[in-house]
Amino acid sequence: MKVVIDADLCQGQGRCFSIAPGLFDFDELGNGVVRGDGTLTSETIELARLAQANCPEHAIFIEESS
Amino acid sequence: MTERPPVQDFATDFDHTDAAWVNDPYPIWEDLRERCPVAHTDRYGGAWFPATHAGVSTIAKDTEHFTSRAVIMDEGRPGEEALPAPIGVAPPITSDPPFHQMARKIILPAFAPGVINELEPQIRELCQSLIERLGDEEIVNASWDFARLIPPSVIRQMLGFPEEDTDRFIDIVHMITESVDLSEEERIEAFEPIEAYFVAQIEDHQANPRDDLTTFLLNAEIGGEKLAVEHVFGTMVLILVAGIDTTWGAIGASLWHLAKNPNDLARLVNEPELMPVAIEEFLRFYAPVTMARLVKEDMEYLGCPMKEYDWILLGFPAANRDPVVFKHADQFIIDRAENRHVAFGLGIHRCIGSNLARLELRVAIEEFIKRYPTFELADPDAVTWAQGQIRGPRHLPIRVLG
Repeated sequence: MKVVIDADLCQGQGRCFSIAPGLFDFDELGNGVVRGDGTLTSETIELARLAQANCPEHAIFIEESS
Repeated sequence: MTERPPVQDFATDFDHTDAAWVNDPYPIWEDLRERCPVAHTDRYGGAWFPATHAGVSTIAKDTEHFTSRAVIMDEGRPGEEALPAPIGVAPPITSDPPFHQMARKIILPAFAPGVINELEPQIRELCQSLIERLGDEEIVNASWDFARLIPPSVIRQMLGFPEEDTDRFIDIVHMITESVDLSEEERIEAFEPIEAYFVAQIEDHQANPRDDLTTFLLNAEIGGEKLAVEHVFGTMVLILVAGIDTTWGAIGASLWHLAKNPNDLARLVNEPELMPVAIEEFLRFYAPVTMARLVKEDMEYLGCPMKEYDWILLGFPAANRDPVVFKHADQFIIDRAENRHVAFGLGIHRCIGSNLARLELRVAIEEFIKRYPTFELADPDAVTWAQGQIRGPRHLPIRVLG
């Protein structure tokens, strides 16, 4: 499982990197970016889902890796 | 001031300056969601008000059919000649694509989280000194004598304007955000001394550059060209207008809530780790900011016959109470885990100052409840609310209990 941010949808609301600073960071404009390659573990998946459920722009996606 | 007749039916004749809306808009919005999700009024030259999250969200993200060239709804129905060029008077909030993105990118770095987080110590110090000035009074006006004074000082410091001008800022912001009842000529006349003041500050910074937001704006470039002075002035007006009454409203409404809900107050005092989620719930439940848009051309939209230059009153606070999106939307849940609130707007005009607003709100509440761990409303009838598109208590007398 991987978490990704759709950069076209992200408007820098700032919720993801406040809720899950270990998974998300921000760029120089304040938009959210995924740390590393976004791979989720059983320990981080719930946090990623919580960030997703708090994104007003619906810009966070959790993808099944093949 | 224009005297307006009281509203009989908010579905067909709404007015956000009506006493019922000013004092308690939430039942009005709930009623509209049930029977008329997009309300209309002939007032203000014709305006629409979507009361649902879906309606607000759709319009906020649709820059093709709606323009931001005017964002504060006023008496005059604007025509093409009354509107500024696409840059707008206060870029980027009054700008449309494609100019919007250029104007926004210039100032985003100055409000990015890393930059804003560094302000925490000075904001904390400011809140502490304001609380100290309240002394040992039993009755404290938590809005007028505390919340009101925080945002102007913070923004004045960021702009690098003289400390003695703080009170002047407050007058300026009141004039602009509450100019709903001024005629065009009155507004132009009122703006003259404001512009003169800002130009003097800008010239002082041109002569003596320093490490502040004013110098940052003067050095900013679009396509290799420095910004025009009127662009810098417009952006400063935006920063003042957008950053002062709004944050005041959020801090004031949050303290109002805590004064009425001792259980929530006790939880925040005893469980400080709740603060980040509580801040988001304060923002959802008491979102202070309603924006406006203008319809670009005659069209059928959300089932409504919209006309060119009709106003749209874009109620983010109403969207935040929509039960389709929020479970128990009408209840304040201090530890609400899932909270996709839209207090800072949606889409390309998301509030640039959101990181700063959150920081001010959190530090103000932290310091206030540290000094006053228990308090209640001294007189519920003495609480007064701001009229216009920015909601929040103006006067909030509380009785200090401990």
